Amino acid sequence: MLRFILTRVSLIIPTFLGITLLAFFLIRLVPGDPIETLAGERGIDPARLEELRKVYGFDQPILVQYGIYLSRVLQGDLGKSMITQEPVLSEFAALFPATIELATCAIIFALLLGLPAGIIAAIKRNSIFDHGVMGISLAGYSMPIFWWGLILILLFSVQFDLTPVSGRLDVLYYIEPITGFLLIDTLLSDEPEAFWSAVEHLILPTIVLGTVPLAVIARMTRSAMLEVLGEDYIRTAKAKGLSRFRIVALHALRNALIPVVTVIGLQIGVLFTGAILTETIFSWPGVGKWLIDAIFRRDYPVLQGGALLLGVVVMSVNLLVDLAYGLINPRIRHTR
Amino acid sequence: MTTETMEAPAVAAPTATPPHPLREFWGYFSANHGAVAGLVVIVAVVLVALLADVLAPHSPYLTDTSIALKPPFWQEGGTLAYPLGTDPIGRDILSRLIYGARLSLLIGIFVVAISILVGTVLGLVAGFFRGLTEIFIMRLMDIILTLPSLLLAIVIVAVLGPGLMNAMLAVALVILPHYVRLARAAVITETSKDYVTAARVSGAGTTRLMFKEVLPNCTAPLIVQASLGISTAILDAAALGFLGLGAQPPSPEWGTMLADAREFVLRAWWVVTFPGLAILITVLAFNLLGDGLRDALDPKLKR
Repeated sequence: MLRFILTRVSLIIPTFLGITLLAFFLIRLVPGDPIETLAGERGIDPARLEELRKVYGFDQPILVQYGIYLSRVLQGDLGKSMITQEPVLSEFAALFPATIELATCAIIFALLLGLPAGIIAAIKRNSIFDHGVMGISLAGYSMPIFWWGLILILLFSVQFDLTPVSGRLDVLYYIEPITGFLLIDTLLSDEPEAFWSAVEHLILPTIVLGTVPLAVIARMTRSAMLEVLGEDYIRTAKAKGLSRFRIVALHALRNALIPVVTVIGLQIGVLFTGAILTETIFSWPGVGKWLIDAIFRRDYPVLQGGALLLGVVVMSVNLLVDLAYGLINPRIRHTR
Repeated sequence: MTTETMEAPAVAAPTATPPHPLREFWGYFSANHGAVAGLVVIVAVVLVALLADVLAPHSPYLTDTSIALKPPFWQEGGTLAYPLGTDPIGRDILSRLIYGARLSLLIGIFVVAISILVGTVLGLVAGFFRGLTEIFIMRLMDIILTLPSLLLAIVIVAVLGPGLMNAMLAVALVILPHYVRLARAAVITETSKDYVTAARVSGAGTTRLMFKEVLPNCTAPLIVQASLGISTAILDAAALGFLGLGAQPPSPEWGTMLADAREFVLRAWWVVTFPGLAILITVLAFNLLGDGLRDALDPKLKR
């Protein structure tokens, strides 16, 4: 097992180096001198430019420059935002909980609906319910979620006036950030009504972000269930006269869940992509919106550092899924 | 967001009296009603795109503020002259959607064509030469796959500068790994087969082996992936357009239309509803087609 963990962990080193290389060369693809770009439109004094070139090591060969960049990244120094002058890492840390909160709610939403839908569709194969689930999930899979968000706003916020249009919390409340997760912070605060405000604000973004994972999970659960239900041990269980519920819930579901867990892990990357769009639509103050804002403000350090951090987060999640997969499925562990 | 991949190349199973491959293919394909529906929609969209000049009642660019934000014809205040209403600066939405079909299809085809071309060559090279070349290519593809696809595309476009061309190149790069992996996997299973050995023994060079012998035998999974790839390309390009990083206004690209109209969502539901529906229907059609093609071409699923 230790060997398995070590090989998997060592495999991410080249990936990490690749991501840093991408982030490093990215900023160099921006037309113009990097320091002048960083200095912004006001321009910079030539003497100061030379000085800064030395400070940042731009007079060094490119490989040395990359080495300097890498060592700074490893020390957690990702530069400062050109707009706020705050370190990129601390801005990311402040905004990331909002994104995690949204993503967690979205994946829970997708699981709560997707697992039962997939299981029932598999049990009642070729029924109207099955065709319905498959049809709807294919539509969900093809959904332009940026449009889906606008349509839901149109329906629920404009037509029925049920949910707020944007933000995380009503402006009436001020909640001291403790964990950064508003669902927890509001409960800890002395204003418990704020909790409901936070829930209201979460509903639409959760649905929007959860739609694609929901579709994927429902389809995956169905096909995994169908495969398992055809196995011999299920026939044995049936022959033993076990109830249908027992067969499905105790015997089939366990094995069917293995591929589903992997798919959920792989959806994390998709989830962050979706979060960028969802946060933009609902003005959700998370890292996705922060990155898009950085693009339009030409805040290159934020773009560079933010993309690097998101890449590392997704990479780490994939690694964890890989390790978890090895834990539940010994066959994976022993193939090299 | 279509990220399904196929593993093994399709090889037709020999039967006693084999029907014509195309006929056999159509037999499987037409049994899948969803796939046929997808095909019909795609043919319709292609026709609309080709005949845009004839079909569109108005110019997609002509603005006329006196008729701004007219609702669709069935609502009060709407006229049949502008069947789906007009946008905030008085352009006919139907005409823009019709010209947008042309753009979306071009985006899909262009992006997938580049990805297939580059991806197949890289995959073939990785599969044939193995060793360091293979490790380098496949590691690079793994890195691209690790990063969330739209994030990578966004970052690339942010650096290169917004615009349709850069957006298409970014999306092409993002979906590239699927084709590389497919082609490499196919090459590795195919090269151990007798016909390749026979060709090698009779003196065929590596280039000939790659393109004349092996490539034709891995077209099936590539075709399936191409159909799914077109849907991803259209969706991602529209998302970039929506974020203001893809096609720029006044281009009638569907995602860009949504971005233009976004602030009017509270006043005029039609300006956001129709472009999004167009994206959804087209993407859905390509996904249905891809699923149908996979079922028809993948021998593992055949009875």
